[in-house]
Amino acid sequence: MSPEQHGEQHFGIAIVGSGPGGLSAAARAAFHDRESGAVTPSYVLLEGFSAHAKTIQQYQKGKHVMAEPGFLDLRSDFGFREGTRESILDGWSASLAENTVNIRYGAEVTRISQENHVFTLHTADGGRLTADNVVLGIGTAGNPRKLGVPGENLLLVQYQLDDPDEYRGETIVVVGAGDAAIENALGLSKQNRVIIVNRGAEFSRAKEGNLNAVLAAINNPSLPFDCLYESNVKEVVETPDAKTPLAVTFNTPEGEKTIDCHRLIARLGGVPPRKFVESIGVTFPNDKPDAIPELSRTYETNVPGLYIIGALAGYPLIKQAMNQGYDVVEFIRGNLIKPADHPLLEYQFHCMPFLRDADDVLAMFQQRIPMFRQLNALAFRELLIESNVMVAYPAGPLLVEAQAKLKALQAQLADRNPRPRTPRLIREGDYLYRAGEYAASFFTIIEGEVQVEEDGYSRTLERGQFFGESSLISGRPRIDSARAGASCILIETPRRTMVKLLSSNEEVRAGVDWIFVVRELRRQFAPEAEFTDLREIALACPIRQYRAGEALYAQNDPGDVMHLVRRGSVTLTRAVAGGPETLVAELRSGELVGQMALMGDAVRRETAVASVATETIEIDRRNFLALMNKRGARVESLQRKVSQRLLTISEMEVRQESGNLMRFLMNQGLGEATDTLIINESLCVGCDNCEKACAETHGGISRLNRSAGATFARIHVPVSCRHCEHPHCMKDCPPNALQRAVNGEVFISDACIGCGNCEKNCPYGVIKLAYEAPKKPGLLQWILFGIGSGPGEEAGYQPSKSAKEKGKRAVKCDACMNRRGGAACVAACPTGAAQRLSPEQFIDLLG
Amino acid sequence: MFENILRYRSARYFWWSLALVLVCVGIYVTHGRAEPPNGGTWQGYTLGTVGALLIVWLTWLGVRKRRYGGGVGSVQGWTSAHVYLGTACLVIGSLHSALQFGWNVHTLAYVLMCLVIFSGFFGLYVYVNYPRVLSDNRLGGNRESLFGELFELNERGLALARRCSVQVQQAVNSAIERTVVGGGVWAQLSGADHSRIETEPGKLIPHPDQQLAIDTIASLIPRSEKAQEVVALEELLSVLCRRQTILRRLRHDIRMQGWLQVWLYVHVPVTIALIGALIVHIVTTFFYW
Ligand SMILES: Cc1cc2nc3c(=O)[nH]c(=O)nc-3n(C[C@H](O)[C@H](O)[C@H](O)COP(=O)(O)OP(=O)(O)OC[C@H]3O[C@@H](n4cnc5c(N)ncnc54)[C@H](O)[C@@H]3O)c2cc1C
Ligand code: HEM
Ligand code: SF4
Ligand code: SF4
Repeated sequence: MSPEQHGEQHFGIAIVGSGPGGLSAAARAAFHDRESGAVTPSYVLLEGFSAHAKTIQQYQKGKHVMAEPGFLDLRSDFGFREGTRESILDGWSASLAENTVNIRYGAEVTRISQENHVFTLHTADGGRLTADNVVLGIGTAGNPRKLGVPGENLLLVQYQLDDPDEYRGETIVVVGAGDAAIENALGLSKQNRVIIVNRGAEFSRAKEGNLNAVLAAINNPSLPFDCLYESNVKEVVETPDAKTPLAVTFNTPEGEKTIDCHRLIARLGGVPPRKFVESIGVTFPNDKPDAIPELSRTYETNVPGLYIIGALAGYPLIKQAMNQGYDVVEFIRGNLIKPADHPLLEYQFHCMPFLRDADDVLAMFQQRIPMFRQLNALAFRELLIESNVMVAYPAGPLLVEAQAKLKALQAQLADRNPRPRTPRLIREGDYLYRAGEYAASFFTIIEGEVQVEEDGYSRTLERGQFFGESSLISGRPRIDSARAGASCILIETPRRTMVKLLSSNEEVRAGVDWIFVVRELRRQFAPEAEFTDLREIALACPIRQYRAGEALYAQNDPGDVMHLVRRGSVTLTRAVAGGPETLVAELRSGELVGQMALMGDAVRRETAVASVATETIEIDRRNFLALMNKRGARVESLQRKVSQRLLTISEMEVRQESGNLMRFLMNQGLGEATDTLIINESLCVGCDNCEKACAETHGGISRLNRSAGATFARIHVPVSCRHCEHPHCMKDCPPNALQRAVNGEVFISDACIGCGNCEKNCPYGVIKLAYEAPKKPGLLQWILFGIGSGPGEEAGYQPSKSAKEKGKRAVKCDACMNRRGGAACVAACPTGAAQRLSPEQFIDLLG
Repeated sequence: MFENILRYRSARYFWWSLALVLVCVGIYVTHGRAEPPNGGTWQGYTLGTVGALLIVWLTWLGVRKRRYGGGVGSVQGWTSAHVYLGTACLVIGSLHSALQFGWNVHTLAYVLMCLVIFSGFFGLYVYVNYPRVLSDNRLGGNRESLFGELFELNERGLALARRCSVQVQQAVNSAIERTVVGGGVWAQLSGADHSRIETEPGKLIPHPDQQLAIDTIASLIPRSEKAQEVVALEELLSVLCRRQTILRRLRHDIRMQGWLQVWLYVHVPVTIALIGALIVHIVTTFFYW
């Protein structure tokens, strides 16, 4: 029985979600319908919201939307250029009408089933339709979690807030204890009475900055801002006759309580779309929250006929989503066009010593790297587009010729800003990186060889092998140096791409982990052992993960394993009978923890706790002995290190204050810091010259807040970036604007689109979104004539019109990476109170 | 890794300044018996030139401190050199003048220089000593957190008072309402407490250190007849006492921080006057040669 006989409509393609991806797909399908003169549309675009592109509708009013990545061309029947949110949405509205796109609003798809290659889509309003192919472009935002009580769907019960200034003089109940709820509540409290409702007894999920701000607001008697702790909404009813239109009843610890208000705003987070996607039969590679479904080159999932594009497919930018929308419709129609980003691949392969089509080169590369063979073609393609290709030539005519060719290509691309990636030509013997540099990129050898030098050992790596994984995983500087060997071709993959791959592909993760362990064991225990010798041992040593605050083991426990830290930081504390606990050591990647268990003392003498998210390689007695039996095992040096450790531990044990200071630093999250601004309060006169210097050298906006932050024993940790080993801020920056420089500075490039993800992800509250500050008159004009507000960030400055048009961007400390003479804050402090410290220097603080 | 400005790089500028002073004393003692030491000899001119250049350089600190883009050395190094060479300036200026004073612009310049230098000594004293005291006084927080705590205690105090007699309510409300922290420059620097309290309707009396309110509550506790109220009063007493400590800390903070800043309002304007006097001094010297 054909679906039509059931009175259901049937389509060739059903597109779910009208974000940039879905819109572009529908536009392409509409184009083909017009071409073929179809009477009824062969496709339908289903949107759950009452308007198109909900994610973009929900941007802040007037937000400047950026068209990153700049080097990628747009391929879509709909337009898209940098501009305000309104101009883009209006443009699409017009295009929707012009192309008479078959879109249905308010059609949230709740279930998709498949039978005999036909999909049935069910919508929330009870509708049903069928389709041969389904394109999912539903983004990653998910739908907001609802209150789940009677009244949750009332008009005045909102699940988002566009502009807090829209409401004045109202009583508003805000439900939730996360950052979104707090920020909304604070924004509203300027001109409304606000009651924030927290299910728990604390705001434990909030960022430090928000936490302080909300507590201050609750405690400020002059602000109409209250909090109901340990309370839940029981029901919401409309009260049309009362003074206020809503009455909300709560369950509180003191019993039921009703509050009359004008509106209720619930910010309870989103329900991620993964469950929905899985219910259709799509498999995800693992359980990680950021896992991306596996897709073929044509964006098809493991369910034939079901395609995924846009943010949900792991492409977090508008232009990418639009290009995919176009391509996917072509693919479904059997037209295997080259994707819009194909030219990017061609540029990457421009200087290869052989001439072939980019797709063939791609296939060949993949074949050559055993670890990547399992990867699906789309993922590998993505990896290459985001990587640097390096080609080594011996000095001579070949190199000159390749250089000329590259120059010509670069000249041809010169007007693009930023310029698409082109290969890097290197000479044999060039250093790819040196020990001590901060970089976490990952290298794979396609051809030729590479020399890796470390600790006086030099080793040759060959085709198909990889290196650079150590910094990728530990977040610490390179411990080895690598040099290009004879005619090698390499792929250098940036950290972010690798992190994404590791969390989405189990084989790659296992492969990288395994080699990491082999190399780390060799480095620590048996530098002369053969690689093959250690493979079995490495497989038998599990990798353990610990959350911040979790114990590896406790004092007086029996011990039978030791740990080699590979990321994060572990503190050792020792308690003396009847006395307090003293912190006696802090250990980071590359250091051993609990080795005494295997070297003579079977009882733990300290408690080991992860001070930040930490991973260790666990080594048991059998494996340890096996390692010690290898040729050239480092027995001597291990024993020396143990005595050294025992010595420092006993020293620290009697220095209670030092231990307390160290514990304070760790509690401030400095266990993952690489470069921290510390202010010694016994020297600081509070002149704020450090802040002024920061603002003056960084576009008029200070990136540090001197007086905020915690203090212990006159050591103050101001609110300022500490350039984390694994920067949280980098996690989901759509245009990859957060970068790390070779000296370790984490900075934000011009590609920032102002989405605010980094601000949310940084647990230390050091990133802010700001308009460009206005230019100020010169210093002498101020000194001599008092023109302008003087040095430093001007309090409450008014952004210029052009700054407003550009929109807010994220700003943070860049450790003055481009400033001669080091950090401006430190150089400007007249009393020497401000210093930047590396973790190795913390110990000097203890005095 | 942390050194104060006097110890900066093993006090290297102390030794530089000492050397400079010794050289200047050396020049001074070459005055023969023929001519008594004064500003007009070649020795006097040399010392005067050194002194004037030194003053210009010392003044330049105000500019260097705000050249955030960079410059020679760190501001801390400059400040360290500034205090030592500024002190040396006292000796050099005195040698140059040979302590010949009169009612003229030359002496005015000397006096202004001394004023700047002695205000500098004061500044140095507070810079070296006060930060530590300030930090300890803030108990690991900052001024905002102290104010935050104060507001919280105010709220709790008011809420507790509402559970007590009208008399208590009035006392507590007016004590809290009329608490004054900070105020004018002198109030800040002296830490004077201009708080007041309303003992009878319309009658305001000074209320230093919140003592009267505390004493009142303390004296009411044994006299109260309601068990309920006694509990509230006892809690109230503890809140008011904590509030008293916080207020003391806040005043202390404001006072110390004030002294850390206020001396520059002498040091810098007098420097400008000094530069003016110096120019007149030099010009007139050449004119009336
Ligand atoms: C604050 C912010 C600022 C940003 N700024 C920029 C920028 O300047 N430039 C840039 O390139 N990118 C920016 N991004 C990223 C960009 O918004 C996304 O990459 C893009 O929207 C992804 O498009 P999409 O089509 O995959 O999904 P979305 O745009 O998320 O669209 C998904 C659509 O599907 C609908 N939907 C969801 N579930 C269902 C369902 N079950 N049934 C029916 N419909 C459903 C939703 O209502 C929505 O309309 C920003 C993101 C944020 C959060
Ligand atoms: C003739 C001699 C001196 C002159 C002309 C002079 C001038 C100045 C000037 C212009 C400033 C800059 C103030 C600002 O811009 O904020 C300054 C700061 C300062 N001076 Fe002097 N000074 C002199 C002597 C001294 C002496 C003798 C001392 C101490 C022993 C001293 C201690 C200081 C200190 C501590 C600062 C503050 C530095 C800072 O906070 O940046 N000065 N002086
Ligand atoms: S911005 Fe925050 S997360 Fe990023 S490196 Fe700095 S402190 Fe770490
Ligand atoms: S510049 Fe130095 S003395 Fe001034 S506020 Fe900053 S740390 Fe304190």
